[in-house]
Amino acid sequence: MEPDIHKFPYYPGCTLKTTARNFEVSALACAKKLGIELVELPRWNCCGTVFSLTDDDLIHHVAAVRNLIRVQEMNRDGMVEENRLVTLCSMCFNTLKRVNLLVKENPENLEKINNFMYLEDDYEGNVEVIHFLELLRELDPGAISQRVERPLTGLRVAPYYGCLMLRPREVGIDDPEDPTIQGAILAAVGAEVIYNSYMKVCCGSYQTVNDKSAVARLVYDILSHAQADGAQAIVTSCPLCAYNLDSRQKEVREIYPDFEQIPVFYFTQLMAVAFGFGADLCGFDPNQLVPEHLLK
Amino acid sequence: MKTEESIMQRIADAAKSVTRGVDAKDIEHWVTIYIMGRAYKVPADLTILTAMEYAGYRFVRGVGCRQGFCGACSTVYRKEGEYKLQTGMACQTRVEDGMYLVQIPFAPAEKAAYDISKESYDASVFLKFYPEVARCVSCNTCTKSCPQDLEVMDYVQAAIRGDFQSLAEGSFDCIQCGLCAMRCPADIVQYNVAQLGRRMYGRYGMPVPKHLITRLQEIEAGKFRARMDQLVAAPREQLEKLYASRVREAD
Repeated sequence: MEPDIHKFPYYPGCTLKTTARNFEVSALACAKKLGIELVELPRWNCCGTVFSLTDDDLIHHVAAVRNLIRVQEMNRDGMVEENRLVTLCSMCFNTLKRVNLLVKENPENLEKINNFMYLEDDYEGNVEVIHFLELLRELDPGAISQRVERPLTGLRVAPYYGCLMLRPREVGIDDPEDPTIQGAILAAVGAEVIYNSYMKVCCGSYQTVNDKSAVARLVYDILSHAQADGAQAIVTSCPLCAYNLDSRQKEVREIYPDFEQIPVFYFTQLMAVAFGFGADLCGFDPNQLVPEHLLK
Repeated sequence: MKTEESIMQRIADAAKSVTRGVDAKDIEHWVTIYIMGRAYKVPADLTILTAMEYAGYRFVRGVGCRQGFCGACSTVYRKEGEYKLQTGMACQTRVEDGMYLVQIPFAPAEKAAYDISKESYDASVFLKFYPEVARCVSCNTCTKSCPQDLEVMDYVQAAIRGDFQSLAEGSFDCIQCGLCAMRCPADIVQYNVAQLGRRMYGRYGMPVPKHLITRLQEIEAGKFRARMDQLVAAPREQLEKLYASRVREAD
């Protein structure tokens, strides 16, 4: 029986169209299998990557609000009937959700921003920004496990959360001290979930641009603890975390010669494997390390 | 009662000052414009360019095709009583009463040197040569200043995410007037980014014109040599006859 397809407005963000294409391709395929169609926002623009904390710095919130207006347009034009905007990238999620909260709580700021963008419709404040993981959490229990064709039995995976999905509290999608949202999905696809205390410790984020060794030290802490707890692989939902945890392993080995490489995946890639999708939809090319034997 | 003839006469009268040279006694409608702060009374139906020339300015720079295509005569102006700063091409914009204007004949901009055959076909090429493009805050100021009505912000965003096709198509009609770059708060030179993108797209993105390659091979193989030699050797009268009887698209 064909599942009812529900369409959601979807914000990809710049990285999912470039270096994290594999995250998008696997996520869209998994969503479709679960009866969710992620409809890309037309004419979307870069969200700004981080929520600007500078006082009275409204210009840096314009970009995010413009995307929220696009969601309104999608609804008005009949492309979707849904005010919840789905994001995959944790950084985009965090930025869009925090700007959305800011303008909803500060009508004066919203008015200024709306007036500045006089060529656009006014943002009315009715869009809700959610992360794809929240959507998955709302599915019927068993919705994911019912569709698993190749359960990842025996694969020991440590979910990694990073910062921006969990903090600050008003935008976090899970308990910042003891998150379980990614673990629940991994369990649903048959993997053995390795919880470890470093799963919500910062990876170093954009410090990777100017201080690789600081990032390497943080990454070593995170990965070595996961390995000590028995993890064979790490999953994440943020392209910057994925970059730091994956590509910076080279720098980690330079500082800690005994460090052993461990593969890093987007959670959607493992879902894609479990759903029985082919290699093109799992998107393994950009991953640094894909141990074939683990995925048998 | 207005007859058709009198309406036509009024249209002809309005155009007189432009068609017959500007004689003060023939002009019915005047406006006051301020060129770099100084007031001038000029005929109402002139463009900024011709109005400035009427006022006695002679353009050595900041003028080109006079047809809205070369991007030389960029103008920034405000209208009396309005806060909004507007832009346009001097050769394409009619003067208005109370217009305060200035020319921007040149936009200082760094033009990167690159060899497109050595670059990888993805978004990183823009970050490599024009890293400031990542500073775009999506304010849309560039779009609002474009005299060609291009969606400039959209094509800059297309560059950031490596969508070369959207970038090329969105920037195709750019005349490189420089107004967007002058107003951009992030100091991006949009048209330089676009030019790099269009070049990359032409080289790597667009389909290869197989018919062109085939034709070039035929030429090099000498397929048309004999006919060319015949034409070169033909006498004038024969060439004239051939030319007069040629098949034209319009026929």
